[in-house]
Amino acid sequence: MAELVKRNHWIVRLTHWVNVIAIVVMAGSGMRIFNAHPSFARPGEHFALNPWEGHAIPAWLTFGSWLGGARHWHFAMMWILVANGVLYIGFLWLHGEWRDIVPRRGDAHSALEMIKFYLFVRRDHPIGGKHNALQKSAYFAMPILGVIIVLSGLAIWKPVTLGFITVLFVNYKWARFAHFAAMAVLLLLALVHVFMVFAVDPYSLRSMITGWYNRARSPEARNARPFYHLLAPGVESADAEAPRP
Amino acid sequence: MSLDRRKFITVSAASLSGALLAACDANPKSAGRLLALAEARNETVERGLFRHAAVDRVPGSAKLAGKDFPKYFISDTVPTWNPAARGVWRLEVSGAVRTPLSLTLDDLIKLPRITQKVDHFCVEGWNARAVWSGVRVSDLARLAGATNDAHYVDFTSFDSDYHESWDMASAMHAQTLVAYGMDGTLLGPAHGAPARVHSPVKLGYKNTKYLTKVIFMPAKNGGYWSDLGYEWYGGT
Repeated sequence: MAELVKRNHWIVRLTHWVNVIAIVVMAGSGMRIFNAHPSFARPGEHFALNPWEGHAIPAWLTFGSWLGGARHWHFAMMWILVANGVLYIGFLWLHGEWRDIVPRRGDAHSALEMIKFYLFVRRDHPIGGKHNALQKSAYFAMPILGVIIVLSGLAIWKPVTLGFITVLFVNYKWARFAHFAAMAVLLLLALVHVFMVFAVDPYSLRSMITGWYNRARSPEARNARPFYHLLAPGVESADAEAPRP
Repeated sequence: MSLDRRKFITVSAASLSGALLAACDANPKSAGRLLALAEARNETVERGLFRHAAVDRVPGSAKLAGKDFPKYFISDTVPTWNPAARGVWRLEVSGAVRTPLSLTLDDLIKLPRITQKVDHFCVEGWNARAVWSGVRVSDLARLAGATNDAHYVDFTSFDSDYHESWDMASAMHAQTLVAYGMDGTLLGPAHGAPARVHSPVKLGYKNTKYLTKVIFMPAKNGGYWSDLGYEWYGGT
């Protein structure tokens, strides 16, 4: 028995997929730009915070084929990334959906309960709202990282003209590091996100394409830990159709 | 309604990722038209953002790059001016000016001198600090009497065919110098002797070394790296 609900507004779905393309191009071209000088130290100086100082990122992870080409992609796609981000955050704000991702009291406790559940310390899936507490913290962190990435990007694109932004990050060198580090954290969160979609809630893919979501197949309804739907198919189908207690 | 929209989104997502995949294996030249359009738009934005009051500030205590300041030129060996073969080095200031100038190094040194500790921003991503001494390009423009037709400036060198043209606003910025001194001594051959352009408002490749000519022009004239595909504006 399917319990279909409209889960994601078309603006959320549109901005999500535009974001996928924009972030892939921005991260790939950004890493190609980084490879032209793969360290954060100024010439003749040392930079202690990067253990891989001087080591380039593998070329297959990069985009744009050469420094000039990558810069053209980066400075073209940045407008799409920013416009898309403004549309998404504006929508969240005006539509009140920010409530689904902004952490509130008790979320730290709920996040701990989710971790306990995934570690088999707790038996049943904690009941949450649209997103569980771990998802909320990730989805809340992502736009914030986006803002840091855009600001630090402006700071290194225009270190003189927009020097008042550069000083927010101390100086050009630290702004460049912040730009890179925030990107690395964002990519890590995105990777975990993609992993969890396929491992825990593959049915959410439908809700990010058509908007419809089958609540009967939610992780809560299935008591889903990572790969639960693959490891225990029998239990899965029985549980999926069973009414929730 | 819902179905159409769903279809629309699926189709647009598919075509977007298709375009992306096509772009992935292609040389940027095939996406070149779109990227060139974006570059032109960016130039407009960058020129709009440009402020003469926005200057590069390096703390007085900041360490200088010194001997680690990277050395670049396009010739096979360090370009040096040989007076025996080419005569005394002179800087030509010409083009859209009322009185063209031809200045020796001594003439330059006698002009009002600016000494500034600023950043050098390389397109590769690093920045390096040095103390530069020289004459403001805006002073040269005043001295030569740049006319209303002077919208661009070309900086030509004797390092093979290296040159880069600038927009007038960036060239007239107070921190844009024809520099003949670096860190308190005369410019060395590796850094563009006898004189070079130096400014924190443009990326390194716009800062022509081994300077021979400052030509004021009504239209832009490309440049060595700009013609090879880097942004022509290259502003910071």
